[in-house]
Amino acid sequence: MASDSIVNWSLLALSAPGWGGVLLQGFVNSIQIAIGGFALGLTLGVGGAFGKLYGGPILRDLLECYTTVVRAVPELVLILLLYYAGTDLLNQLLALFSVGPVDISGLMAGIFVIGVVQGAYSTEVLRGAIKAVPAGQIEAARAYGMSPLKVLRRITLPAMLPYAIPGLSNLWLIATKDTALLAVVGFSELTLVTRQAAGTTKAYLLFFLAAGALYLALTLVSNIFIGMLERHARRGFAEQR
Amino acid sequence: MTDQTTHAVAFTPEDLPTARSFFQPHRIVMMLVFAAFVVCVAVFMRWDWLPRYLPRLGWGILISLVMLFSTSILGFLLAVPIGLAQVAGPWFLKLPAKVFCTVIRGTPLLLQLWLLYYGLGSLFPQFPAIRQSFLWPYLREAWPYGVAALTISFAAYEGEVMRGAFAGVPAGELEAAKAYGMSRWTMFRRIWLPRAIHRALPTLNGETVLQLKSTPLVATITVVDVYAVISKVRQETFLTYEPLLLLALIYMCLTGILVVAFRTFENRIPTRGA
Repeated sequence: MASDSIVNWSLLALSAPGWGGVLLQGFVNSIQIAIGGFALGLTLGVGGAFGKLYGGPILRDLLECYTTVVRAVPELVLILLLYYAGTDLLNQLLALFSVGPVDISGLMAGIFVIGVVQGAYSTEVLRGAIKAVPAGQIEAARAYGMSPLKVLRRITLPAMLPYAIPGLSNLWLIATKDTALLAVVGFSELTLVTRQAAGTTKAYLLFFLAAGALYLALTLVSNIFIGMLERHARRGFAEQR
Repeated sequence: MTDQTTHAVAFTPEDLPTARSFFQPHRIVMMLVFAAFVVCVAVFMRWDWLPRYLPRLGWGILISLVMLFSTSILGFLLAVPIGLAQVAGPWFLKLPAKVFCTVIRGTPLLLQLWLLYYGLGSLFPQFPAIRQSFLWPYLREAWPYGVAALTISFAAYEGEVMRGAFAGVPAGELEAAKAYGMSRWTMFRRIWLPRAIHRALPTLNGETVLQLKSTPLVATITVVDVYAVISKVRQETFLTYEPLLLLALIYMCLTGILVVAFRTFENRIPTRGA
């Protein structure tokens, strides 16, 4: 048992006897899932927001069910459900085409799960942002004879960005923290790896604090970039307050 | 960092459907399809385990709710001084409060929970003073760590909300209170705090719903809440979907009840509206 008066820093060494390399690998996995999940969520969110605003009544109601369920059920439960249901469905689908079952990589499953959860939240964020775009701008674009796709690309998406960025940056920070929940389904991201390292070496505090520092660093670095992005998107806006 | 909390967009009363909105033709068809789906789930899936586990499920829900309310109330009591320190405190109070909020909001709750349970839990037995204190029987259990982690998390998120709420109370109201000759404490008690809470109420409700969604994490440190009961069911019956679907349904009901309760509560507070 390591004496707690002196911190045994060599446990964090990058090479084999130390666990630093393993932690960093877990950290990279976490970031990969967060990026993938956020991107997938954003794609679902753009589709969902436009569906909710301009879609037919049935599509709108279905999307409403999607966002309601995701926001009312804990992420942990959703992750378990989506993880099992997703892999099961894929394997059954493959069996239909008479392809043998495949082992779905944890990375893909994690991105899928986080993405579906994020999609519901970004639907809400983007819907609010699109509604905040002055209607006159979109009408003007239509009056110029732009096709709906061109209106989307040239007017709606750029004009809604300043309204969407606070909510979306929030979602990015949530995505980085939600990756920790994948530890429960056994994916070796930072939190699970930390627990394994801590359990093996019995230096619980050291490893959990080290992992906390990594997560915090990710959040703080993200915040710097978010600040820059926000200033860029809000250029030309009248300064508030 | 922006003013808002780094939590998700919470489920709010505006998201609840109204009774009249159900009687549209396409919705009636959709509800029939959904009813058919529910009947299929009830008939073709295995539910014979349900009666055996019903009492334990009831206890689990109770534990989840106790966790939710105790940590929300404790967390809110901590959040008021944290928010106030950031708005009006001297630098030696402002700085720790700011650091506390940033650190807690910047790391996952699961990690904080495990840090407290495994980290502190392994540290405490090494001190004889703690082993012999009256607290030791509690510190050997899991739930104090769960309550501590959830309380700290709620306090940090809500502290940031309260900071915005305290700062957002119009200066004129505080000046008016001063002009009436109220002492600082009276002004805080009568004007500043009630107005700040009123401003923070919608966010506070949202945070409580999000707190409900965080409670199943305590199952990972062996607290037997409703999530842990369902995990037990899954282990013993080898079923995957049925228990999880039931769990999702339970949480949806709890969220719905919570949101409706908040709406009635919020409507009872008189506001000057158009």
